[in-house]
This record gives sequence, structure tokens and C-alpha cells, in this order.
Amino acid sequence: MHGFANPARFLRLARWLMPLMLIPGLVLAMGALAWGLLMVPPDRLMGDTVRILFIHVPAAWLGMAGWSTIAISSVIELVWRHPLAGIAARAAAVPGAAFTAICLATGSIWARPTWGTWWVWDGRLTSFLVLLFLYLGYIALASPAQRDAASGGGASRVTAIFGLVGAVNIPIINRSVVWWNSLHQPPSITMGKSAIDTAFLYPLLIGALGFTLIFGGVVLARMRTLLAHIQAEARLRRKAMA
Amino acid sequence: MSAIKAKHQRLVLLVIALLALIGAGLLAAYALKNQAAYFYVPNDLVANPPEQGRAIRLGGMVEKGSIKKAADGVTVHFIVGDGKARIPVRFTGITPDLFVEGSGVVAEGRMEGQTFVADNLLAKHDEKYVPREMKDMTAAQAKQVVAETK
Repeated sequence: MHGFANPARFLRLARWLMPLMLIPGLVLAMGALAWGLLMVPPDRLMGDTVRILFIHVPAAWLGMAGWSTIAISSVIELVWRHPLAGIAARAAAVPGAAFTAICLATGSIWARPTWGTWWVWDGRLTSFLVLLFLYLGYIALASPAQRDAASGGGASRVTAIFGLVGAVNIPIINRSVVWWNSLHQPPSITMGKSAIDTAFLYPLLIGALGFTLIFGGVVLARMRTLLAHIQAEARLRRKAMA
Repeated sequence: MSAIKAKHQRLVLLVIALLALIGAGLLAAYALKNQAAYFYVPNDLVANPPEQGRAIRLGGMVEKGSIKKAADGVTVHFIVGDGKARIPVRFTGITPDLFVEGSGVVAEGRMEGQTFVADNLLAKHDEKYVPREMKDMTAAQAKQVVAETK
């Protein structure tokens, strides 16, 4: 793992890995969306509105995967002091927040025709909105903390601790529909069993794979940008000293 | 040697902190168990009858064959059950598309006598996603249709 402690080595890998994730990701995601929008039969109760499934569910998974990335990277940063871990955590925050927002927006649009309301304060919806606020707080905290760390302070650890504390929300989101009566449906896919007919399941899984690759590609791209920023700032500081 | 020791110390500290965090999260969730429910099921209302007229939400399955339209055309009567208890509901207004017999519903309203009077109905979708053509088939039949169309 510490082989990639050298950013130059990581950057060489990221340069060719990034398009390798982004391009197949875009193809798979767009293909799955076209399949879901044009070829899938209507649902027995929801009719055509079922097509929102193919963007809502991958966005929900990635919103949670984003914070899981932040939490795991934060552990690695705090315990092993790996120089790239903090960068990876920061890089996952913006795409994670974007997918969380997409999930909330599409969910709201889907809720109006199916449930008969745009929004309710049930366990699942509320905990997912909290996830969006956690992301926004994390993003707001991360960049001043990074600046402080670059000038020798210890504030980048504050971001990592926030990432860990926020991770408490992830199992709560996952279990919210089981613990509490909620208007949101219970999980359709549990332990290898699926209550989703294969006509919907295959485009959903392919779309999820595609969006995950896009997510990974964006994280790599953002890591490269953040590293470039840090290098540029360090160079400016050296120049100012000289 | 001391570097390894410091790393070990940080790991132990972090594990303890994580355990405390998860414990706190679980305790909070457990304490919320009854307060965070979005609705009561019929059995809750029978076991702990709420005050008459207090605004609550009732959720459960619309019993098969229980939806009856009143003569005025906009009032519906139906029974919400959870397998243990059944509560008659009255609602005046436009029902959501997914409000059908045998499906989940959440009604906002109050108890008046033995009847739950709803001012708002929300349909609850279950975890099943099935194409229209296959809704009346058993799993085996549906599998056969899929195999035939391949």
C-alpha cells in the first residue's frame, strides 16, 4: 500500500486508469438508462414511472458508497498516516454529494405519482437528507483544513474525524426501513435474493456498474487535481521564501 | 520500533473510538425505535388506543374486497389490516394511483369512534417490481414466459 505513498507513482497509474474507468462507465450507464427508458415493460402498479428506478437506485448506492470511501480513507489516514488517504477522502466528497442530491431529487419526483406526496419525514428520507448535509459540511471543512495542514497545522485530521463520525449515519440509512415503519419500501435486494423481476434487475445492475465506474473515474480525476493544487501551492510557497 | 508502536497505539485508540461511536449510534436508534415510526399499524392502535381526535398516521394493507365507494362518489370506505387487527377507514377525496386492494397504504387522520377518518392517503409501494403482463402469474409461470420469449 505504501508503494503509492509516492504521489508521482500514483499519478502515473491514475493517468491511464482514469479513462479506463470513465469511458466504459459512461457507455454502460448510458446504455442501461436507454434500456430502462425505452425497452423495459411498465410495472404492474406504477406503470412508466418505474423507469426512475434506473437512476434513483444507483445514485442512492453511490451516495452511500461515497461516504464509505470517506470513512475507510479516514481510518487509513488516522492510523497509517498514508499521504494519499486524505486526498482520496476529499476527492470522494463532491461526487458522493452529487449522487446523494440526484437520489433525493429523483426520489421526490418518483414519490409524487406513486405515494401521492413530494416528501415525508420518514426514517429513510430523513436519514438520507442528513447524509447530504454531512457531505456539505465535509466539503466546507475540507479545503480550509487542507490549507492549514499544508502550512504545518494538524487540521486535516479534523476532517478525517468528521468523516468517521458521519459514517454512523450509513448503517442507520441502510436499516431505517427495517427498524421503523416507513413510507419508503423495504429493501428489494437482500442477501442474493431479489424481489425485482429480471426485466428490471438486469438494466439496474448494469447501470449501477456503469455509474460506479464513473464515480471511480471522477474520484481519480479529482485526486489528480487536488495533488496538482497542493504541488502548485508548495511551489509558490518555496518561491515566496526564496 | 517506536514508529510501529505509535501506529499500534493509534489503531487501538481508533478501534475504541469507533466502538463507542457505533454504540452511541445504536443506543440513539434504539431510543428512537418508537418515536421514529412514520405510522402506527392497526395492532398498535388496538393495543394502545390513541385519544379520540388526535392527529396520527395509520399504515397497513388495504384488505382485499373491502374498498367501497359511497353514493356521493368521492368518499371511500375500506379496511386496513396488519394480519392481527383491522380498522375501518373513511376517506373523502382523490385516492393515489397506487391505492388498490391488497397493497400498502398510510392514512393521515384521527380516530372517530371505531372508525379512522383520514384527511390524506399515501400509497406505500412494496419491494416487488413486476411487469404488467406478469402480475397474475406465479413465479414458475413467469419464468416460463420469459424462457419462451427468449
